[in-house]
Amino acid sequence: MAEKRRYSFYPGCSSQKSASSSNYLVSTQAVCESLDIELNEIPDWNCCAASIGYAKGGELPRLALSARNIALSEQAHPDQDIVATCAACWLATRETQERVQADPELRREMEVVLEAGGLKAEFRKPVRHMVEVLVEDVGYEAIREKVTRPLEGIKIAGYVGCQTNRPFGIAGESFENPVYLDKMVEAVGAEPVEHYEKKVQCCGGALMFSEPEKCQAMVKDIIEAAYDGGAEMIVTPCPVCQMNVEIYQDEINKRYGTRFRMPVVYYTTLMAVAFGRSAKEAGLDGQVIRAEKLEQIAGK
Amino acid sequence: MADEKKFGAYICSGCGIGERLDVDALAKIAEREGRMGYVKTHEFLCGGEGVGMIRADLEAGEATHIVIAACSPRAKTEAFRFDGVAVSRANLREGVIWVRPDEEEARETTQEMAEDYVRMACAEIKHLQVPQANPEAALCRTVLVVGGGVTGLTAALEAAEAGYDVVVVEKRGELGGHAARMHRRIPQRAPYRDPEPTGIDELIARVEAHPRITVHLNSHLARTSGAPGRFEAEVAGESGASTTVRAGAIVMATGFTPYDLSRLPHLGAGKSPDVVDQAGLEALAREAGDGPIRRPSDGKEVRSVVFVQCAGQRSDEEGQLPYCSGHCCLTSIKQAMYFKDRDPAIDATVLYTDLRTPGAPGEDFYRAGQEKGIVFAKGEVREVVPADGGLEVRFKDLILDEDTAARADLVVLATGMIPNSGVDFDPEAVAEEQATVEVPVESILNLTYRQGPDVPKLKDGFADSHFICFPYESRRTGIYLAGPVRRPMDMAQAMEDAAGAALKAIQAIENAAQGRAVHPRVGDLSYPSFRREGCTQCKRCTVECPFGAIDEDEQRYPVFNEARCRRCGTCMGACPVRVISFQNYSVETVGQQLKAVEIPDEFEEKPRVLVLACENDAYPALDMAGMLRREISPFVRVIPVRCLGSVNTIWISDALNSGYDGVMLLGCRKGDNYQCHFVRGSELAHYRMSKIDDTLKSLSLEQERVATYEVSIADIERIPELIREYMETIDRIGLSPFKF
Amino acid sequence: MSELNQAMAARYRNDFLREVEANVEEGHWVRMCMQCGVCAGSCPLGPYWEHPPQEIFMMIRANKREEVLASSSMWMCTSCYNCIVRCPRGLPITHIMHGLAHYAARLGLAPKTQPTRRFAEMFWDNLMKKGRVNELKLGLGLYFMNGFAEGVKTALAKRPIGQAMLRAGRMSPMELVRPHKVKDIQGLKAMIAKARELEEARTTGGSAG
Repeated sequence: MAEKRRYSFYPGCSSQKSASSSNYLVSTQAVCESLDIELNEIPDWNCCAASIGYAKGGELPRLALSARNIALSEQAHPDQDIVATCAACWLATRETQERVQADPELRREMEVVLEAGGLKAEFRKPVRHMVEVLVEDVGYEAIREKVTRPLEGIKIAGYVGCQTNRPFGIAGESFENPVYLDKMVEAVGAEPVEHYEKKVQCCGGALMFSEPEKCQAMVKDIIEAAYDGGAEMIVTPCPVCQMNVEIYQDEINKRYGTRFRMPVVYYTTLMAVAFGRSAKEAGLDGQVIRAEKLEQIAGK
Repeated sequence: MADEKKFGAYICSGCGIGERLDVDALAKIAEREGRMGYVKTHEFLCGGEGVGMIRADLEAGEATHIVIAACSPRAKTEAFRFDGVAVSRANLREGVIWVRPDEEEARETTQEMAEDYVRMACAEIKHLQVPQANPEAALCRTVLVVGGGVTGLTAALEAAEAGYDVVVVEKRGELGGHAARMHRRIPQRAPYRDPEPTGIDELIARVEAHPRITVHLNSHLARTSGAPGRFEAEVAGESGASTTVRAGAIVMATGFTPYDLSRLPHLGAGKSPDVVDQAGLEALAREAGDGPIRRPSDGKEVRSVVFVQCAGQRSDEEGQLPYCSGHCCLTSIKQAMYFKDRDPAIDATVLYTDLRTPGAPGEDFYRAGQEKGIVFAKGEVREVVPADGGLEVRFKDLILDEDTAARADLVVLATGMIPNSGVDFDPEAVAEEQATVEVPVESILNLTYRQGPDVPKLKDGFADSHFICFPYESRRTGIYLAGPVRRPMDMAQAMEDAAGAALKAIQAIENAAQGRAVHPRVGDLSYPSFRREGCTQCKRCTVECPFGAIDEDEQRYPVFNEARCRRCGTCMGACPVRVISFQNYSVETVGQQLKAVEIPDEFEEKPRVLVLACENDAYPALDMAGMLRREISPFVRVIPVRCLGSVNTIWISDALNSGYDGVMLLGCRKGDNYQCHFVRGSELAHYRMSKIDDTLKSLSLEQERVATYEVSIADIERIPELIREYMETIDRIGLSPFKF
Repeated sequence: MSELNQAMAARYRNDFLREVEANVEEGHWVRMCMQCGVCAGSCPLGPYWEHPPQEIFMMIRANKREEVLASSSMWMCTSCYNCIVRCPRGLPITHIMHGLAHYAARLGLAPKTQPTRRFAEMFWDNLMKKGRVNELKLGLGLYFMNGFAEGVKTALAKRPIGQAMLRAGRMSPMELVRPHKVKDIQGLKAMIAKARELEEARTTGGSAG
């Protein structure tokens, strides 16, 4: 048995209890338990400002938010990589880390800022996405080995979206056609949709709130392409993608006369079910559009 | 002994030939119809044992002329090369079994195909002679370089360093050309950030100090005669005195003349001395030394400068240049850096429509320019006018789609290069050029060739050379082009060009010394000869030779300069009385092949179509079609020709007379962007075939019976398709009435 | 027009490019754009931009200060980062757009009713209260962004979604009463204040050259 893997965990605002991606956190915890991964929450972490806080936050205050999280992680878990499940959290933290590392002037500024909060940081740690932990540290083979209830006969569209994929992306994957979700789908015994045309199409992100018509038009294409590929559900690694693609389907149906009812789940949901965990542990009760096929398998 | 021909044939049954074809039947045909002295078959002819068998026979004096019926003549060329022996190849593998389906119902027609190719090879071999080196062979290890700019100097040094004597002829009083009047050059070393010293002084010093190089300043070529290995040039100096220089090959590096600025008054030229061209800016920068660059009008320091790209070029306006001169974008970036490097606060703007930065430094140098704060704006300049003690550049911003203007102390126009390529041999072409752009019309080489005093020009007045297949080569064998005389280019490209042309010149010298052909038939010892008794002095051969190899004597008989000949056979194709031939390629070698094909009578409903295929492109493409197992009609018979230019119309009328149902000619792309190895062969063939309609009419035949195509070596899928379509045409118009 | 705006316009008179280089996040990259247009073609909301990024870069060089800063264009950025990964010159276009939007807002030139601008400001204010985003309050705030009557309408229209989220346990009225929060909110606020101070010093203290 390999040694337990330990990470300094940054759950992010939307993962909190009763928040929009709380089911992501639930399923992540189940998967990590099965894979013998220990997630140690960064004490007193704060919001990263996501990809929308810039407008009022500006550059330094925005970076300061992530600097604080990095400092707290260094303090509490000095030897553990920072891991985030949310694309925006990961992006903001990693961007801050890399920019400080590359720019001595910015490092000085961040040191002054941290001092105002009674903190200090070295900005040395890798900042990683949960997908990287699963792909690079655990590996598809180990995931396959943990499967006790293969998701046989389910065709799933791997919707990667934007921020897990760009600008950093998962090492070794292309920006235009990343395949890690497809490989995960295969590893849990389901069938990926090949050539899923809208795999990296933007869902609108935060602009779903401010520009709903424009964004719902994009989401419509994302769902339509999944149906075209024969998918029964969509899997995604991003809380915003999950929410935007799942919860507006009724509005889209009204607007476009479509009859979408496409479940949108997290990769951790798939794994939790395949690893033999209960529907609750897999976060299936958090689906607005229920993933009945998964519920059936989880209920067996 | 030498005249006694003894024939033998070898048929290979390897590579599936034995399984697909009745080899014994082929052997019988070679023996009985082909009248071979002996016929041997072997299951692996190109292997050591097979080749050993042939060698033993040849050494024993069994044969002087052999037929090899096996794979394509383009395959196994080393194994099947026997010096001093004539060889004819029947293409049974790529040409027959690989293009035919392996099915019972195809067996009969496939066998007929193979039998015909054996007949054809046997017919050809009867008329082949082993070529002897041309008697004109001469060795002169001197390279004559015309032009003492950076191109000429580099070519001279390259040739001299390789051990050849060099004579440089420069019309001006000093060496260095345009480069000597430049302030800095575009960088040639990473990180490609800053303009570099030109290095021209060092280059001149090295040339002047080189023991193998002689320089003639203030000189020009008054008369050039001869051929590779034996050129003779009269070098005339200022005083009128002249020296005769002997040379084995010539490098023409006569460079360019900047486009005449005064033709662009709408861009402010002539209206203000503060509108200069790029050469003018180089002069201002040199003058300034380390100090600020000052504008010509009042000596005020230039604080804002605008570069106008494509000034009078890439234009369809009359009197302007239609082409891009290639270097000007990088040159403007370099010149803008003259200002930015002196003082970053000086405004330097480059107005372009398409920024083009070719070559190794290109992108990096452009990026460095942006980093240094040069502003690049995509804009089309309408006019430049003096305003408020400065200049106003009015332009349309193509990104923002609006008319706007920029103020400047100095405006630099990026004008184009006009090649110093001498006079064109084609008076019509000259007249056409002159209508758009004034080109220098004094001869540079003053060749005594029948076909004119300079190398022919291609598009836009640049001396002809093939940009992909054979750069540097002109249509005058032994005379090579380098630098902006053949296409617009910058200093770095010109220097690379110079090295290439110098090497080509050396190759020509060495081949000429052995009486061998240069590119593309490198090493070919054959050369054209003609039967004087039959010649009608019609001059077709002298006019149509693409390489100016043939002069005329006082009685207007052709005089072949063998060393200038490229062995394409265009003269042979042109000759109406068919008196021109090569030892290994003649009207007979092809004519007898096509006559050897068995023509089934009309009741058999098996058409026959003759395909004459250029050996450089169409024939290899057909071979590759075979490799990919593309099916080709069993009714075609393919004969490779050196060039469509060598196709004599007698072959066409012979074919039609003997009952062929059609003739397809597969040649290369013709015209301005020609891809023909022999420049004009394909064009001439198209022209000649357009004149064949009368012949067809007199035979009451349909026009479709002769079809000419332009194909390329990459047309591996297209050629079988063309053949298929052509066979449908024959189906449609019916079989030829000339069957017996 | 804000005081800062007047000061900056005066300082960089006629040289908007330099103003952007000195004051906008990643602004020093603007000069490196080579006008290929790949960004414009890669943007998911491309057709809705008044001026696509390529044009914005050109306008900056052409000194069109007001037109750029008052434009709604940058507010169309969904932060998908497609332009960044495709830009052949490696310009961090997303960040430059964010930077321009922020700078325009700071100077008081950004379009006041632009919905993304308003949402973005609400988002920042929301997260600054407790150190973590309160999704419920943010959502409610969003509904009432355009006034009370409009807000009631929007809230009613969005009710099915809200109810679905409640049922799925992904939204809770408890957030109004006992929101998630950062314990050391004072420390966080002190840091942000310091960061803001440094950022402002960059602008006002930065030289024009």
